[in-house]
Amino acid sequence: MNTLTLWFHKFGSPPTFFRVTALLSPWLFGAAFLIGLAGIYWGLFVAPADYQQSDAYRIIFIHVPCAWMGLFAYIFMAVNAFIALVWRIKISEILAMTSAPVGAFFTAVTLATGSIWGKPMWGTWWTWDARLTSELVLLFLFLGVIGLYNAIEDRRQAARAAAFLALVGIVNVPIVHFSVSWWNTLHQGSTVRLLGPSRIDSSMLWPLLLLALATHIWFFASVFARSRVSLLELEGGKEWARDIALATEHGHE
Amino acid sequence: MRYGTTRSACAAVIRRDLLLTWRRRGDALNPALFAIIVVVMFPLALGPEPNQLANISAGIVFVAVLLAGLLALDTLFRGDHEDGTLEQIVLSPHPLSMLLASKILVHWLSTALPLIVVSPLLAEMLHLPRQVMPVLMISLILATLLLSLLGAVCVALTIGMRRSGMLLALLVLPLYVPVLIFAAGACNAAQLGLPFLAPLLWLGAALALALVLAPLACAAALRISIT
Repeated sequence: MNTLTLWFHKFGSPPTFFRVTALLSPWLFGAAFLIGLAGIYWGLFVAPADYQQSDAYRIIFIHVPCAWMGLFAYIFMAVNAFIALVWRIKISEILAMTSAPVGAFFTAVTLATGSIWGKPMWGTWWTWDARLTSELVLLFLFLGVIGLYNAIEDRRQAARAAAFLALVGIVNVPIVHFSVSWWNTLHQGSTVRLLGPSRIDSSMLWPLLLLALATHIWFFASVFARSRVSLLELEGGKEWARDIALATEHGHE
Repeated sequence: MRYGTTRSACAAVIRRDLLLTWRRRGDALNPALFAIIVVVMFPLALGPEPNQLANISAGIVFVAVLLAGLLALDTLFRGDHEDGTLEQIVLSPHPLSMLLASKILVHWLSTALPLIVVSPLLAEMLHLPRQVMPVLMISLILATLLLSLLGAVCVALTIGMRRSGMLLALLVLPLYVPVLIFAAGACNAAQLGLPFLAPLLWLGAALALALVLAPLACAAALRISIT
């Protein structure tokens, strides 16, 4: 077995996962916070005002990274759901289920900032535009996964059922992503591209990318923190969980 | 021991479910009555202005049919789950997806078909223009089939839960959104005299996909919830 697969297998075992994420967590939260702070400062104070929207455009630095994260969280959830259903890996079940509330929160922030942005620019809080509607559906899909997971008593069966639902709902992801190019409505097209030149000035692009990086790190930090709690709940009766509980108890004394 | 062919097993499931429906034939009227009552609420709430009602009639009919279908979804597996038949179906040597497809078909016949039959009455109550009626019927047939197939997947996940009604709505309605948009879109386009074929073709394509995939997904979901 080569090092990578060995590492992968080790990371999939609950005690190792718990220990590694415990070590990573403060670093991830710290890095996300610092990078986010730098990005916010750059976006709000250094980047120039837009020629058309003046200072109002600056909400983009929150809105767009959160929108990316909503979709990213869904894809992350679906990939883990697939792994959980096919190979029955416990960690994947937990990762899929803990990324749902984080993704739902990012999607909710996207909708909220979008509507705050829409009021001065479009003159309305809400419009039944394709992207807004599909983003709302994305939020409901997240909530459905969370609801189903909480409704079933047996944790592992609940995770499998909710994981299945997450996989069924993945049809919405391309619809959200391509909605601005398929339907030409109020929401503007995408300005940042992975391939080819972006249609946004680099003075505005850099803080945006910085904040995207910060939200990605924050997502993983948050998912890991939640996963560790779920893992302890699930494995409460196991030896390693008891050892950790005893160790923390001694540490507090 | 010899098991019959899959075809005979499916036929047996269809015959049994049809017989059960027939024995309780009063129940089949409930979704239709529910849809009529929902539709009656709209003129009472919005005022009886015929032009205003005609503008939104297709949408109201679709939402009423969708809600009625949602409430009827619960009966798809409930009885069979309570008396243990469902476990036997899961254990049977025949492909579970085929047996479930038969069950979904009978469920559609017993709950959605009455809705389609009363839909001209609903449309007339809301002053839908006559020339839109054929489009409404075609899109209703396509949409209700899609709703039954998608709903079966979700209801299979919530099986065994005591109060699954609200949760089922949360699971199913986001998946119904595209169906509703295309089906009502076709009727609205027809009402405005615009070409309406494209949304109908989209619905047909989605139905073709769902006919193949939904029974398989339903079977997988059922295997997860019955362990």
